[in-house]
Amino acid sequence: MAKALLTAGMTIDGFRLEERLHLGGMAAIWRVSRDDMTMPVVMKAPFLDIKGNLSQLVGFEVEQMIMAELSGVHVPRFVANGDITVQPYIVMEQIAGPTLKEMLGAEPMAAAEVLSRGAAIATALGDLHQQNVLHLDLKPANILFRDPDTAVLVDFGLSRHEHLPDLFNEHSRKPAGTTAYMAPEQYLGIRTDKRSDLFALGAILYQMATGVQPFGSPKGVAQVRRRVWRDPVPPSRLRPDLPPALQEIILKCLEPVPDRRYATAEELALDLRNPDLVEVTERGRRQERADAGIQLRRLLRSRATLREIRAAASKPPPRAPIILVAVDVRPDLERMRHALLEAAVSVLANMPGARLACLNVMQTSLVPSGNVDAAGENIHVNRIAELRAWAEPLQLPRGKVTYHLIESRNIAAGVVDFARANKVDHVVVGVPGGASASKLTMQITSGAPCSVTVVRVGDDRAE
Amino acid sequence: MLIALFADIHANREAFEACLADARANGAERYVFLGDLVGYGPDPAWVVDRVRAMVDEGALAVLGNHDAAVDQPGIRLNPIARAAIAWTRGQLDDGQRRFLAELPPDLNEDDRLYVHANAEAPEDWVYTLGPKEAHASFRATAQRVTFCGHTHRPALFNESASSLPPLHTPAAGRPIPLLAHRRWLAVLGAVGQPRDYNPAACYGLYDVASSRLSFERVPYDADVTARKVIALGLPVALAIRLSNGS
Repeated sequence: MAKALLTAGMTIDGFRLEERLHLGGMAAIWRVSRDDMTMPVVMKAPFLDIKGNLSQLVGFEVEQMIMAELSGVHVPRFVANGDITVQPYIVMEQIAGPTLKEMLGAEPMAAAEVLSRGAAIATALGDLHQQNVLHLDLKPANILFRDPDTAVLVDFGLSRHEHLPDLFNEHSRKPAGTTAYMAPEQYLGIRTDKRSDLFALGAILYQMATGVQPFGSPKGVAQVRRRVWRDPVPPSRLRPDLPPALQEIILKCLEPVPDRRYATAEELALDLRNPDLVEVTERGRRQERADAGIQLRRLLRSRATLREIRAAASKPPPRAPIILVAVDVRPDLERMRHALLEAAVSVLANMPGARLACLNVMQTSLVPSGNVDAAGENIHVNRIAELRAWAEPLQLPRGKVTYHLIESRNIAAGVVDFARANKVDHVVVGVPGGASASKLTMQITSGAPCSVTVVRVGDDRAE
Repeated sequence: MLIALFADIHANREAFEACLADARANGAERYVFLGDLVGYGPDPAWVVDRVRAMVDEGALAVLGNHDAAVDQPGIRLNPIARAAIAWTRGQLDDGQRRFLAELPPDLNEDDRLYVHANAEAPEDWVYTLGPKEAHASFRATAQRVTFCGHTHRPALFNESASSLPPLHTPAAGRPIPLLAHRRWLAVLGAVGQPRDYNPAACYGLYDVASSRLSFERVPYDADVTARKVIALGLPVALAIRLSNGS
């Protein structure tokens, strides 16, 4: 199990070691080949010194166990695990792209790129969480991209699978992770709150936007405790042109108490994709850190805050389901819009705390051509205004209703894509009578990832 | 090979039939009975006959404390269990009673140990409820995986070099890899009388090749069994237990 054992040209369980791609502190990454492999694969082989570091061994076991359970585009495809008592290794798909760490220079990223890459990472994280896995060591070095919109998460050595025994927790209840990105509840040894990953992603977004880490890179885990009372420098202080919405998103992720962060990665992704719709509070406009007086009060309260964090982490996050209502704004569909409003009221009544996403799909063939910019812009503004007017009677508080305009050649496909991308919990769609309508209904009900309420009214318009 | 593991059937025909059908549908090729075929429930003769027929065809079965108590009135049971066993005794013929009396306290198969309560002292009937009991059980066997029952609550322990074996409460129907270089103790929940507030019958499926274990939950019509319990004059508390899994 020593480093010297592995050399190029060796064959392990049929995998031929071709080239060492990376030599890290804990493991080496080798490009390997085997005749039946149809994709480029790598072998991750740890340097295990059992006498020296038991947690390292457990971490590799955890990674082997969890990699074998994961699937989808947001993780490397798993190929094989090596017997931990003989030659431990994991063979997996090789992800070509540079890591986010390599992409991040000293220069901050453009805000638009922070938003789009951030949304891609949040989406990948949401997929991981859907598979019942908490990463718990999310950092730029563990994030790669298949393409700018598809993030891949790696390194599950500190991760937790909700339905498998937690080998790591068993070995040591001491906090583990990378201190620069670690959430306060991880300092308490809590490994069950998915929002810990959202805190880490907030720290990553901060770094992408400003070029520096929000809490520096403290040496000791004890320094993580400071995050409970000491707030980071507002990112716009370092980067004056930063949109307030982005600061709002970042600082919401970095809230010490999990209940004040986003409840899910999907919610975060939705905000990153739609910064115009983010409700900017004092958090987004803040220019200064909390003053000495506030800091002192927070410091004195920090024990109570830690108790609050522990309590929040031990119960499920407040559920904030998303209800999507597809609204057709054509003037002759007034009765339909009224019926949709009534349907929205009853669905909202059954899903307390839900967020209403009002969606208008513009058929691309209907968008006027010629002078598209000016005309298109106007149409967009008007459509959003019409959506606002439609939802106005619901009297929903800000933040509980969002408005979206998308272009698609096919209305049903637009609705379904939006529902999938944002992990919508319920779709409400109005369908006028007629043969073309039944096709639309079928496309939406069969394609949507959730329940669908189809609203019908009597003859609204002659078909 | 896929092994179906049944603990604590407790003469509950409806739950047992539902689990057998589910195991067959999942492709089970081997059947192991982890004790307490009888006691509490209304169909002891039917269950014993069925298990005996399966054992004749190669299934394995070990002794449970209720099974032993049929012929050994000295075995300690709580008053309700004692009343149920007294009734059970009258329901079984000599052949059925002999089958129960001759069940072995434990069985080894490849790297697995099958026992009703605990490897430490199979006939002391200690409940494997937490890390301490699990630790004692690990010390008493060299086998890699121990399967037991007796507590009526599904649980999984893995041996640790640095601490008592931590308890994992398994989620239903989620296969768990029993990592090959570690040792494991799986406490199957009860087929015939779950006590983890989930009245669905519980049994295990273990795939030998991949070393994956899942704790399956099978809903069945517990009211049918509960009505039989009441009609036969068995303690009413036993009927209530079936309906709410307490």
